[in-house]
Amino acid sequence: MTATRPTLHENPWYTHTVRITDLIDETEGVATYHLKFTDGDAATAYEFIPGQFNMLYLPGVGESAISMSGDPARKNGWIHTVRVAGNVTKTLARLRRGDTLGLRGPFGTGWPVADLVGTDVVIVAGGLGMAPLRPLVYHLMNHREQFGKIWLILGARTSDGLLYPCEYSAWQKRDLEVILTVDRATADWNGHVGVVTQLIDRLQLPRPEQTQMVTCGPEVMMKYAAMSGHRLGIDAGRIWVSMERNMQCAAGLCGHCQLGPEFICKDGPVIRYDRIRPYLFVEQL
Amino acid sequence: METPISPLFIPKPHLQLLLDELRRRKYSVVGPTIDQDAIVYGDIHSVEQLPQGWTDEQAPGHYRLKRREDESWFGYVVGPHSWKKYLFPPKTTLLSAEKTESGWQFIPRSADTTKFALLGVRACELAAMRIQDQVFLDGPYQDPLYRERREQLFIIAVNCTQAASTCFCTSMKTGPRCEKGFDLALTEIDSGFLCEVGSERGREVLDAFISSARRASEGSSNDANSTNENVTSLPILDATPEQLRSAETARQQAVDQITKHMETSDLPGLLLSNLDHPRWKEVGERCLSCTNCTMVCPTCFCSSVTEVRDLNMDRVERERTWDSCFNPDFSYLGGSLVRNDTASRYRQWLTHKLDSWHAQFGTSGCVGCGRCITWCPVGIDITEEVAAIREGTLP
Amino acid sequence: MPRKPRLAVFKFASCDGCQLSLLDAEDELLAICDRVEIAHFAEASSDLQPGPYDVALVEGSITTHEDAERIKRVRADSKFLMTIGACATAGGIQSLRNWGQIDEWVGSVYPSPEFIRTLATSTAIADHVLVDFALHGCPINHHQLVDILVALAEGRQPRVPSHSVCLDCKHRGTVCSVVARGIPCLGPVTQSGCGAICPAYDRGCYGCFGPSQPANTTSLVSQFRSHGHQTEKLVPLLRSFNAAAPEFQRASEQLVILGTSSEGCRS
Ligand SMILES: Cc1cc2nc3c(=O)[nH]c(=O)nc-3n(C[C@H](O)[C@H](O)[C@H](O)COP(=O)(O)OP(=O)(O)OC[C@H]3O[C@@H](n4cnc5c(N)ncnc54)[C@H](O)[C@@H]3O)c2cc1C
Ligand code: SF4
Ligand code: SF4
Ligand code: SF4
Ligand code: SF4
Ligand code: FES
Repeated sequence: MTATRPTLHENPWYTHTVRITDLIDETEGVATYHLKFTDGDAATAYEFIPGQFNMLYLPGVGESAISMSGDPARKNGWIHTVRVAGNVTKTLARLRRGDTLGLRGPFGTGWPVADLVGTDVVIVAGGLGMAPLRPLVYHLMNHREQFGKIWLILGARTSDGLLYPCEYSAWQKRDLEVILTVDRATADWNGHVGVVTQLIDRLQLPRPEQTQMVTCGPEVMMKYAAMSGHRLGIDAGRIWVSMERNMQCAAGLCGHCQLGPEFICKDGPVIRYDRIRPYLFVEQL
Repeated sequence: METPISPLFIPKPHLQLLLDELRRRKYSVVGPTIDQDAIVYGDIHSVEQLPQGWTDEQAPGHYRLKRREDESWFGYVVGPHSWKKYLFPPKTTLLSAEKTESGWQFIPRSADTTKFALLGVRACELAAMRIQDQVFLDGPYQDPLYRERREQLFIIAVNCTQAASTCFCTSMKTGPRCEKGFDLALTEIDSGFLCEVGSERGREVLDAFISSARRASEGSSNDANSTNENVTSLPILDATPEQLRSAETARQQAVDQITKHMETSDLPGLLLSNLDHPRWKEVGERCLSCTNCTMVCPTCFCSSVTEVRDLNMDRVERERTWDSCFNPDFSYLGGSLVRNDTASRYRQWLTHKLDSWHAQFGTSGCVGCGRCITWCPVGIDITEEVAAIREGTLP
Repeated sequence: MPRKPRLAVFKFASCDGCQLSLLDAEDELLAICDRVEIAHFAEASSDLQPGPYDVALVEGSITTHEDAERIKRVRADSKFLMTIGACATAGGIQSLRNWGQIDEWVGSVYPSPEFIRTLATSTAIADHVLVDFALHGCPINHHQLVDILVALAEGRQPRVPSHSVCLDCKHRGTVCSVVARGIPCLGPVTQSGCGAICPAYDRGCYGCFGPSQPANTTSLVSQFRSHGHQTEKLVPLLRSFNAAAPEFQRASEQLVILGTSSEGCRS
């Protein structure tokens, strides 16, 4: 299974102060934050596994689970891409460079980087689901020779929602096939229109039994992506999804994130599809 | 001091000396006492506070405090409170945040030094504590407050000598006999208690207590703090065979009184494979989604964190409170609720307690204490609900 | 810093208790004044400025034709309209008139009933205009009100917990009065907000904070009946400050239909 690394502090509630050192507007309502510990001792420990998340804390407002979206090899800060959803993310969006907030983490399982070695990898991202997948893409690029063919199928509502567009060409250059699609074409779009599953269905996998799928996006999208992957011959034991549930503790202590027998915070967010499939299709579980 | 091999016999009034010994060792002793027409757990300074001569009558949605015919001190079953309130308090401050010149500073809560001695812990409650230990201590992360309090805990168990109509510890294999997980364990018989030792710490306290009892019976005690004027000069000795037999009979009485049963042979499995059973909807029509069952359950561990702030936001505290999967907001996710009706919430409770708990922690989440049955305002009975699911299941 | 939101407080048929609880929040009031501009608050100041307002707090129910018109003007003048208290949110204790003969009452109370012009019903604000947020309670909990005002001033979505009174009752360690004493208590169907005070003082919950989500009154009432509680006792329990809240109203009307038969009917 995927590995979990301990948090920076044995007390899961221990909250570090981080300062916003850089702020990049990605698209409407989505921004990437560069955060650095203000405490020099903690600063040595920026380690995480692609797919893991931190709890970002805005005092007086609350906490939100936010995945790491930066390069795991560059240990010089935390990088998070956040969409404005509710109160926490709205308040975060009002902060500026130099402001401080709280952070605890990293939490959860990551993408199964070791299991992917030697295999072909289909990455399927929907909208903001690209954020937790970007560290994985970086990892695959950093160790390109260890992996076989890599496809990145990225879908969004409109072309505006396709995250990190300026990086695609660099990824393409390193032999990662980027395939884009949008639900609704705007004037600037002349690429594919339709759901990601249509693009998965069209893939020609040279060795399906040596292929793995990793996916993050809306729950329905992941379900259909997994079904498509399955049809192509990717067994459910080689499909990995990243789940989302309400998180209060992120450490398996508060009970909020349960989905059937899984605690999404500690057994996930990245979970092997065959393990979560029985519960994904049950309403109101 | 010689190690007692067989249980000791402690004359009833001497129990006060044991409490005194614990208090001398800076324990806050908590145990059963009568409050609000029920036997609850609270601070105990004197054995006079124990529910001497009282018992409880329990049925689904029903509890009444009743006078006993004898003067038993522990002649009741389990009540509305559980010991979890001491290790996992209903409200705790996790940390605080302070605004300073250079930005937010986060101050972890300071370590908790409260030492609790629990008096009167039943077998099912010992089992419940082991289950909460797994939740709060055995995962990838530990809850610091729970750990601090647990490490310091002193447990005096009491074997049940009677059972309520709602008890089913025998089905869950958690009782009624206290077998492990205590420092000392008592069985009440007419004139006193048989006392077994369960740990080094228990032995140490017992030895000190025996010495102080000896001093008291020799009339040489001049400890001003102890309330032992009426302590008899009865010595503490190994239990006689006759006393051992009375204790066994008393304990057997509890076993014999248990009438409720939960079939567990198909658990785990039964519930997770019946997620679309019509019974969920049916029980959802009776259930109030009021959270009482989960609040009284000694193993339920769910909580939420809220922000407590002053208006100027110079200082904020993060407060953790008990929460429940019956609270609709509990499953909040991105603007809506995952479990949006009572049926789905009841299903979460039952499948978690009896089924998915096994996958998570390797045991059932239910110890058969019957609290959720008694304290459900509409008397929903967990054992009946599982049975109903089983009945409607094709083999 | 964005401009301070303009706040207005309006009173309809009510006792003023909810508005007063804002004035009671002395400690917080000054800090609130720092964040919002109080443009219209008759209880606090005679300087009543005209709209538009960013936030309108509406206390009281609609019992007259004039008020039914006035609330529309308030709505038109206000960006965010929030009801405060049981009267505004559910019709209040005065909604008892909905089950009576208003003419008879007026005749027996007033010496010259011909001067009294009133509607036959007392209805919630939401029955007349769109309500953006409803704060329950008779009276409201001023901490909740302050939290909401601060959230609005800081541009956050306000939120109050929607769980039942039982959760708070258990946090306090109160022994359940339904189970241990057979006292009918509306806690399981009532929204949190009061801190579960009544059960801690040997009383059943009166339902001041209105129905919780969900409020399974059918199941609870049927349990009370099976405990031998009489319809004549239960109907008044359900018909107090939130008598006309849909879940409570339905339950009391069902009870009336079931008549005075006190035989239990366990479901
Ligand atoms: C593992 C994981 C990784 C994630 N990664 C990212 C990421 O990289 N980028 C990103 O943008 N998003 C990510 N999300 C989603 C993100 O956590 C949510 O969108 C975010 O929490 C929303 O917070 P908010 O305060 O803005 O919204 P809100 O919806 O207001 O929620 C804030 C918190 O307040 C509480 N809350 C608010 N309203 C209620 C209510 N009515 N009842 C009960 N509780 C309530 C909840 O506990 C919630 O956690 C991730 C989620 C998970 C689980
Ligand atoms: S589920 Fe019920 S019977 Fe089982 S441990 Fe919890 S309260 Fe006791
Ligand atoms: S039954 Fe509900 S409240 Fe209890 S531990 Fe499970 S999820 Fe939490
Ligand atoms: S089972 Fe009973 S105690 Fe539990 S939520 Fe439902 S009505 Fe309340
Ligand atoms: S006393 Fe009332 S509010 Fe308290 S738990 Fe019982 S039913 Fe709920
Ligand atoms: S977020 Fe608390 S248990 Fe998973």
